[in-house]
Amino acid sequence: MGTNRDRINNKRRKFFQTSAALLGGAVVFSIMKPVELLAQPKEEEPSKDNKENLPLWGMGVDISKCVGCGKCVEACKIENNVPTEPFYFRTWIEQYTVKNDGEVKIESPNGGIGGLKQSVPDEEIFKSFMVPKLCNQCSDAPCVQACPVGATYISPDGVVLVDETYCIGCSYCIQACPYGARFMNPVTKVADKCTFCYHRISNDLEPACVEVCPTNARIFGNLRDKKGDLVKFLQKNPTQTLKPHLNTKSKVFYNGLSSEVR
Amino acid sequence: MQEHFQHLYEALSQVDGYIYPNEIDLHWGLMIVLYPYITGLVAGAFILASLERVFNVKVLKPTYGLALLTALAFLLVATLPLVSHLQHPFRSYEIFMTPNSTSAMAIFGFVYLWYLMAVLLLEIWFDYRLDFVLWSKNAKGFKKYFYKIITLGINETDEKSARIDDKLGYFITVIGIPSAFLLHGYVGFIFGSIKANPWWSTVLMPIIFLFSAMVSGIALVMVIYMVVSWVRKVKIDMKCLDTIARYLLFILIIDFTLESLDQIHRIYEAEESFDIIKVLVSGKLNLTLLIMQVGLGTIIPLFFIGLYQFYKPSEKIRKATYFIVGILVLIGIFFMRWNVVIGGQLFSKSLSGFTTFKAVYSGMEGYVMASVWIVLPLIILTFLLWLMPPWKKIAYHD
Repeated sequence: MGTNRDRINNKRRKFFQTSAALLGGAVVFSIMKPVELLAQPKEEEPSKDNKENLPLWGMGVDISKCVGCGKCVEACKIENNVPTEPFYFRTWIEQYTVKNDGEVKIESPNGGIGGLKQSVPDEEIFKSFMVPKLCNQCSDAPCVQACPVGATYISPDGVVLVDETYCIGCSYCIQACPYGARFMNPVTKVADKCTFCYHRISNDLEPACVEVCPTNARIFGNLRDKKGDLVKFLQKNPTQTLKPHLNTKSKVFYNGLSSEVR
Repeated sequence: MQEHFQHLYEALSQVDGYIYPNEIDLHWGLMIVLYPYITGLVAGAFILASLERVFNVKVLKPTYGLALLTALAFLLVATLPLVSHLQHPFRSYEIFMTPNSTSAMAIFGFVYLWYLMAVLLLEIWFDYRLDFVLWSKNAKGFKKYFYKIITLGINETDEKSARIDDKLGYFITVIGIPSAFLLHGYVGFIFGSIKANPWWSTVLMPIIFLFSAMVSGIALVMVIYMVVSWVRKVKIDMKCLDTIARYLLFILIIDFTLESLDQIHRIYEAEESFDIIKVLVSGKLNLTLLIMQVGLGTIIPLFFIGLYQFYKPSEKIRKATYFIVGILVLIGIFFMRWNVVIGGQLFSKSLSGFTTFKAVYSGMEGYVMASVWIVLPLIILTFLLWLMPPWKKIAYHD
């Protein structure tokens, strides 16, 4: 029969045991975790020669072909579960209108979903064109450089991806992206961006936006495939990347890029 | 989430010009304003303490311990606004587990830990060890246990041990100065290294952050010293106060010069981004930058402390002025952080338009939470001053 005192002591002992177990567990976990990472086989990291055999994904955009129907934006949202609110886009279309007086008007209501309509009267327009935008899949990506935990990375085939299970949601990558291509997903609460539909291209399908484009304004392909459509597009046309002065080595190439485009 | 969307729809209706559609949501709010603000106060307070110890400005003696404890109180809170702003705060430990070596934010975690563990705690410990031993003999209750434990079993009270404390403490302060520079310079680098943002991306950013940190830290210790003296009903050491004010003046001049240089450079070079920045400064930021930061936070303090270098009015007037100037400087530097963090996100990276920022009262990013992070260090400081009052110290370094 335990006396009152014994019971208290037992309680105390239990408390100490539990706390010691918790504390010990935390210490072991924090020591083990980095060790565990070191112990992991490095097979995912292909060597340099290996990389040459992999595709290097890129995209060409033919500005003169884009009619601003917005189908690509819609398809992207459906394919990738992007929230439908007009603040979250993996791709969007900008409508540029240069007026006769030189003023440039840029619009992208709801990213272009439902089709872009001209708001400037015809007689005031000097010229007008559409520019599809998306993540530029930079080879020297500022977002990858900035991510404090390495949750965003460049895949061996050149696509900038986000590990949803790892991202801490600090938004530093969003600040670092010069193109406004990233957003904080309100559902998953991690940084979100265009992945070239990585789940599709890994299975020999085209990205959703490319597939639905009625005018073939987006050309998706392997930059290492010298006979592929993308390389041919780059050979035939004088293309440019966005904000080249930032030296991000973008892999999205625009044909017919006007100086008004930012 | 619905509330957030509603907020964004409202912002959407107020967009001026063109912004990228993902830019409507401002990703860094009040919490990220507080983070460099609080870190700056730490670095500044520490550097003031170092002035006394390393640079031998003995007249600042009354504020040495106070400055160190202020730095500690604020440092303990410094990362909390940052962590509370994370969308996945429970993953924040990953910054230490698998840091990305190219990320300024990741390295900051280590700079912070180094500063807290290796510099500040050690310096305070060496400074207080002998006192802890002596105090533990007379204290009762919690204090007695605390003093006994915190001595870590090193209970020597002879002169030799005091000399060792003093030597090691001095050594750590010497290391501490570059560390404090590193701590806040690094915070500046977090912003200054973002080439995507022309308002942030300037090589002067770390230096500007550093000097503004010193300004705010010195002003904070000055104000706290006056408040503590009033509460303790002891006479304020006017020589000490005048000296602090003089240092505040010098550093404020350097800070103002650097920031002006940065702006003049922008105006003169007038790069691609200049058109939008011009509108940002004269429009969106005119209250927080021109009035709060430059007017209230810089020009008025410069004028009064500057004037007192030539003409010294009575102690009473000086005290009142220093108090008001200290508060103004603290407000000014808060708005300096605001102008950097919020200002840098108000204009689009398309350089073609503006979004708006509307702070909320409730929630993790609201004013209420922000005031918690400001008040909490003051509560910690009060506790520290009760636990280890610098004015009751028996041992004192040379």
